[in-house]
Amino acid sequence: MKIGVPRENFPGERRVATTPEVAEQLIKLGFEVAVETGAGAESSFSDDAYRAAGCEITDSAAAIWSGSDIVMKVRAPDDAEAGQLRAGQTLISFLWPAQNPELLEKLTQSGATVMAMDSVPRISRAQKMDALSSMANIAGYRAVVEAAQHFGRFFTGQITAAGKVPPAKVLVIGAGVAGLAAIGAAKSMGAIVRSFDTRPEVKEQVESMDAEFLMLDFEDEDGSGEGGYAKVMSDEFIKAEMELFAEQAKDVDIIITTALIPGKPAPKLITTETARSMKDGSVIVDLAAEQGGNCELTVPGEVAVDSGVTIIGYTDLPSRLAAQSSQLYATNLRHLLTDLTPEKDGNIVVDMEDEVIRGATVCKDGETTWPPPAPKLSAAPPQAKPQPAPVAAPKDEKKSVMGPFVGMLIGGLALLGLGAVAPPSFMAHFTVFVLACFVGYMVIWNVTAALHTPLMSVTNAISSIIVIGALLQISSDVPVIKWIAVGTVLITAVNIFGGFAVTRRMLEMFRK
Amino acid sequence: MFEVNEGIIQVSYIIATILFILALGGLSNQETARRGNWYGIVGMAIALVATLAGDVTQNFEYLIVALLVGGTVGIIAARRVQMTQMPELVAILHSLVGLAAVAVGFANFMDPERLSHYVGVELTIHDVETYLGILIGAVTFSGSVIAFGKLSGRISGSPMLLPARHWLNLLLLLGAIYYGVEFVQQSAQGSGVIPLIIMTVLALLFGIHMVMAIGGADMPVVVSMLNSYSGWAASATGFMLGNDLLIVTGALVGSSGAILSYIMCRAMNRKFLNVIAGGFGTGGGAAAKGSEDQGEVVPIEPLETAELLSNAKEVMIIPGYGMAVAQAQHTVFEITKTLREKGVNVRFGIHPVAGRMPGHMNVLLAEAKVPYDIVFEMDEINDDFPNVDVSVVIGANDIVNPSALTDPDSPIAGMPVLECWKGGTSIVLKRSMATGYAGVQNPLFFLENTRMLFGDAKTTLDEVLKAL
Repeated sequence: MKIGVPRENFPGERRVATTPEVAEQLIKLGFEVAVETGAGAESSFSDDAYRAAGCEITDSAAAIWSGSDIVMKVRAPDDAEAGQLRAGQTLISFLWPAQNPELLEKLTQSGATVMAMDSVPRISRAQKMDALSSMANIAGYRAVVEAAQHFGRFFTGQITAAGKVPPAKVLVIGAGVAGLAAIGAAKSMGAIVRSFDTRPEVKEQVESMDAEFLMLDFEDEDGSGEGGYAKVMSDEFIKAEMELFAEQAKDVDIIITTALIPGKPAPKLITTETARSMKDGSVIVDLAAEQGGNCELTVPGEVAVDSGVTIIGYTDLPSRLAAQSSQLYATNLRHLLTDLTPEKDGNIVVDMEDEVIRGATVCKDGETTWPPPAPKLSAAPPQAKPQPAPVAAPKDEKKSVMGPFVGMLIGGLALLGLGAVAPPSFMAHFTVFVLACFVGYMVIWNVTAALHTPLMSVTNAISSIIVIGALLQISSDVPVIKWIAVGTVLITAVNIFGGFAVTRRMLEMFRK
Repeated sequence: MFEVNEGIIQVSYIIATILFILALGGLSNQETARRGNWYGIVGMAIALVATLAGDVTQNFEYLIVALLVGGTVGIIAARRVQMTQMPELVAILHSLVGLAAVAVGFANFMDPERLSHYVGVELTIHDVETYLGILIGAVTFSGSVIAFGKLSGRISGSPMLLPARHWLNLLLLLGAIYYGVEFVQQSAQGSGVIPLIIMTVLALLFGIHMVMAIGGADMPVVVSMLNSYSGWAASATGFMLGNDLLIVTGALVGSSGAILSYIMCRAMNRKFLNVIAGGFGTGGGAAAKGSEDQGEVVPIEPLETAELLSNAKEVMIIPGYGMAVAQAQHTVFEITKTLREKGVNVRFGIHPVAGRMPGHMNVLLAEAKVPYDIVFEMDEINDDFPNVDVSVVIGANDIVNPSALTDPDSPIAGMPVLECWKGGTSIVLKRSMATGYAGVQNPLFFLENTRMLFGDAKTTLDEVLKAL
C-alpha cells in the first residue's frame, strides 16, 4: 500500500508526519511512501533526504490525496482536504473529534477509515504510539525555553566576582508529561523547581526529578481520573489550591501551567490578581492556552505583558521544535502502522477487536465509531506502587531465644547416649570428627563467594582422600578385594588429578 | 632405607590435614587462592606417599598403573573442560567419590580379617559405619550421575514428579533402616551381603529419585549438597577404617558443601528441605497468577543499545545462566573493555544463584579475563543501583524479578534480587518472553525504563560490540 504525506497547510505549522529515517522503516514494513515536495522543509528535512530514504517526491498535494491508500498528517484535515478523502482510503492524523463534530461527520460520509492520534487509548501497551505524550513532552521542554527567552535573568544561581546571582524559582502546575518535561528542563538549567498536582501518585515522580512537591494542607482527595488524567476537584479543594498559588506567585519567578481536564475548558488557576502580584519581569507560560488557558490573562497564541509580567500563550509549542516533534510523531505513527500490519507485508488490517486500534479509529465504512468504549485500565493504578519488601522482614525475630538451647540440649543428650555405649576408640575418632566440622565451618565462611566454584572443585579433589581406604586394601591377598581396590584407586586418581588441575586452571584465570 | 612406622604415618596425616585446611582457608581471596591449591596438592601427595610407604606391601604395579591411567584421564578432562561445563565436571567428579566410598565399603566388608578385628559393640559400630559409608556413597553416586545428566542436557532439566514421591522417599528411608538392622545382625554371624546389596540398590534409587525431582535452577543447591555428601561419605569411610585423616577431610568437605547449600538456599529464600523435596514452581495457586494484563514490553535494537551504553556513566552487567548457554562471556568482556576505554564505569553484579553452581558466573567472567575487582556480589552492589545509568541483564530472569519484593503471593517472594529497576534503564537480553525457571512472569520487563533486546545473547552482543 502507498502512504502519502502531504505538506501541512495550517498557517505556522512546521511539523511533518514522517521523517526520512522513519520512512525508511515504513518501507521495510512493505509500504511505498510518497511525500509532497517541501513537506519537511520547515522541520529541516530536505526532499533529497526523503529521496535517499527511498521515498517518492510528488509535486502537488492533490497527487498525494488521490494516489495514496494511507494519508498521514499532523493537523486535522481542513475542509478542502477532507473533501478529497474517498472510500477505501485511510487517514491518520490528530483530529480532536470532540471539538470538531462537523469535520468528523464529513469524514464519516466520505466512507474512509480515519484514525485519530489523539484518541489512542492511554494504556501501557499503546505508550509507544501515544503522540499526545510525545507532543506534551516537547511542549513542556519548549515552555521552559520560551520562559528563559522572556525572563531577563539566569536560571542557575551563581557567585561571581560581580556579586551573587540567586537561582530562578520555577513553579510547574500539573505534573503530567508536559509538566515533568518542564521540571526536567528547568532543573537542568539550574532553577529551583516546585510542582503541584492534584494527583498524589505523581509526588514520587516529581521528587525523583529532584523537584519539590507542594502539598495542600487538605484531607486526602485523589484527583486521579480515568486514563491517568486529572478530574475536576471539589470547591473547597480548588479554594485551597488557589490560595497556595496566590502565595507561591509572590515568591516564584516563573510559573508554567499545564493543567488540563479532558473534554473540559482548562481550569482557571492563576487569577488576574495572582498574576499581577508576581515580581516584575516574571514569566507565566500557559500550556493550556488552546483550551482557554489556566491564567485569566492568557491571550491564546500571543505573548501578553501585564503589569511587568509576561504571559506566554503560544498554542504551537511542539511546532516550534519542529524537527524534534516531527521525529517523535513520525515514530508514533510508525508504531501504529506496525501494529496495523501484523504480516509486515505493507497491507493494513484495521482490527476492531484490538483495544488500541479500536480506540484510535473514529470512523470506518461510513459509520462514526467515536467515542470508543471506555478503556479498562488506568495508566497508573495507585495500588500498583511497590511496597518495600514486607515479606522478608519479620522472619528473623520469630526465632525464639530458647531455640538454640533446645537444639543444643537434644544434641548434648544424644552425644551422652552415644558416649555411654560407644567404645573409647570410636569416641576418639568422633572427637576429631566434631572438631573438624567446626574447623570446616569457620574456614568455609571466609571463602569469598566469587571462588565458590573453585572451592567445590578443590573440596572434590581432597575428598578423594578416600583413596587411602583403597590403598590399605590393595595389598590384600583376596583377589576380589585387590581388584576393587585397584578400581577405586583408578577412579579416585581421576578425581585427585582432575580436581586439582581444574582448580588450578580456574584460579589462574582470576586476574585483576 | 628407613622404616616408615605408624608414628611417621600419623604425623604425615596431621601435616596433610593442616595443609588441607590451609588450602580451603586460602580461598578466602583471589590472591591467596593459588597458593592454597598448592597446599592441597602437597597435602594429598604427602598423605599418598605416607600410606604407600607404610601400608602397601604388594601389588605396587597395579597401583601405579591405576594411578597413571586415572591421573591422565583426570588431567585431560580438566584441560578440555569448557568453563560453561564446570558444573557437569564437578557433578561427575562427585559421583566418583561416591562410587569410591561404595567400593571401599564393600571391599572392607569382604575382608575376612574383619570379624577377628572387631567384636561386640565395636563390631556393631564398625558395621554401622560401613553401612553408612556405603549408603551415603551410593546416594552421592547416583545423585551425581543424574545431576550430571541434567546439567549436560542428557536428561531433561525439568523436575520429574512421581505421584506420592514424599511417601516413596519415606519408604526408601524406612527400607534402608530396616536392612541396616538386618545387616548388623547377620554380619555378626558372618553373613549380611544380601541386606547390604539391597540397601545399596535402595540408596541408588533414592539418589536418582531425589535429583530427578529437582529442577534446573535449583542445581546450585543440588551440586553443593552432593559436594557435601561426598565429604560425609569420605568421613564415614574414615570411621570405618579408623583413619582420622579421612574423617577430618570428609568433615571439612562435608561442612563446606553444607554451607554452600545453605548460602544458595538463603539466596533463594527457600528452605533446604523444600528444595530437596523438589517440584518447585509446580505447586498450585500462586504460579497461576500470570494472567493479569502486564502491559507491553518495549523492544530495542542492538544499535540503540550501543548508543545507550556509550552515553552512560555507570553500567551494571547482570549475567545469568543464559550468558553461559550462549557462550557470550567473551563478547561481554570485549564490550566491557571498549566501554571502559571510553570512560564508562562498567561493573558486574552477581547473584549467588546465577548459573548452575555456586560461583559459576565468576568463573565464566574470569575465563573471559574480566578483572575480578569489577565483579561484585549482590550484597555489595544492590544499594548502588540508583546511581547506575544502564543495567544490562544477560540471560537472567528470576534474579532480577521485582515481584520477589513486592508480591507476597509470588512463588519467589522474599528472595533477595538485584534491584536493577532502580537504575536509569534496564536492558534485558532474552531469547523470548518465556518465563524464568520459577514460572513467574517478571514485571521488570514491562516497566517503563526497561528495554528488551531479543535474540541469542552472543549474536546480539556481537552486534552491540560492532556498533560500539
